[in-house]
Amino acid sequence: MERIPVLRMGSLLLITIQVDMHDKLALQLQDDVTERISDWGSTGVLIDISSLEIVDSFIGRMLANIAGMSRVLGAETVVVGMQPAVAITLVELGMSLTGVRTALSVEAGMELLYGNSITGSEDERTEA
Amino acid sequence: MNDLAEIISQNEDRLRTEWIRTMSSSVERADLISKAEMNEQCGSILKEIVEGVKTSGPENLSGAGWNGTRELLSSISASRARQGFSPTDVATFVLSLKQPLFVLIRDKMGKSPDQLFETVWSSTRLLDSLALITTEAYTATREELIMRQQQELLELSTPVVKLWDGILALPIIGTLDSARTQVVMESLLQAVVATNSRYAIIDITGVPTVDTLVAQHLLKTITAARLMGAECIISGVRPQIAQTIVHLGINLEDVITKAKLSDAFGLALQRSGRAVVKTAAAAAANPLSGLFGKREE
Repeated sequence: MERIPVLRMGSLLLITIQVDMHDKLALQLQDDVTERISDWGSTGVLIDISSLEIVDSFIGRMLANIAGMSRVLGAETVVVGMQPAVAITLVELGMSLTGVRTALSVEAGMELLYGNSITGSEDERTEA
Repeated sequence: MNDLAEIISQNEDRLRTEWIRTMSSSVERADLISKAEMNEQCGSILKEIVEGVKTSGPENLSGAGWNGTRELLSSISASRARQGFSPTDVATFVLSLKQPLFVLIRDKMGKSPDQLFETVWSSTRLLDSLALITTEAYTATREELIMRQQQELLELSTPVVKLWDGILALPIIGTLDSARTQVVMESLLQAVVATNSRYAIIDITGVPTVDTLVAQHLLKTITAARLMGAECIISGVRPQIAQTIVHLGINLEDVITKAKLSDAFGLALQRSGRAVVKTAAAAAANPLSGLFGKREE
């Protein structure tokens, strides 16, 4: 069965969506991500959707769901590389993905997550 | 009905002079069109009408014989629309041919009322249809003009400028409606991708009023930019607009707003870890700066 690979990069999960998402694939991805986070103890999830050109409300909700589930499991989600057309479509659909953090590129997303995991886990905690 | 063609072609010169004379009282605009040009246009129209009546008859205006007339009238009224003639001017241009033509017909056929009526009626219908063609062409040209201007306006009014590495500015001028929001949103998002910018400043100094609809459009743009990973700052909020926003109960709490574009730019610089500093050379080159420095102390 077709699957979207979930890669491990240190404490992060890297997911690159390069095929047209259909509903089954999206549900499979939700399962995989939640399982990997609990297996590997990841603190961040980076979803690269720069090759995703078509998006519907289901995919939009899937992204919000993954972010929500990851947060429950203690990992932060960053969605990177959204195409202008996809962003416009999501806004027109009324989905602003409020709980999801975004970045322009994988690089910027990594910076965001690593910055978070470093300052968030050590510095801020020691300050507190 | 070749009588009509004959009458026109035999008396072309007289008809043309009379026509221009009738026209000159109402339509002729010496400031927009020269006498010689007018004379030439009228002459060629008359020739085409004769041709049309001869080949296809005065009733069947869609016939092949009238192609020349139709094209000629369309091009004339199109050029007049561009020159700034009013619709009345253009319609009267053809309709003022009626009087001289009827006078001519009466002179020729005054003795047989039936034939006279017949000819006058068919030429009235003919001229009316020709006037309609003229008006239609006039309107079409004007519409085309308006469409083109609208397009130009849309393109002109949405420049995205790069202020600094990673910082874009989008000065919006004029009211934001749905169509413009779409263009603004698209060009901003494209620019964000193209320049890989993290900060976008939307300057609304040139937006005359902000109502709930405009605010909603702005929020949409900001949300779309956020989805792509760029942060938007709204600047150029005038005091009255700030009041309107609060009175209308528009929720802009999740959006960073600043009064001036410079404030927003400063914030964007600060957030991207940059600062603007005065160089020592500039301070030395400008003796006044020392003066101000002392005053500050």
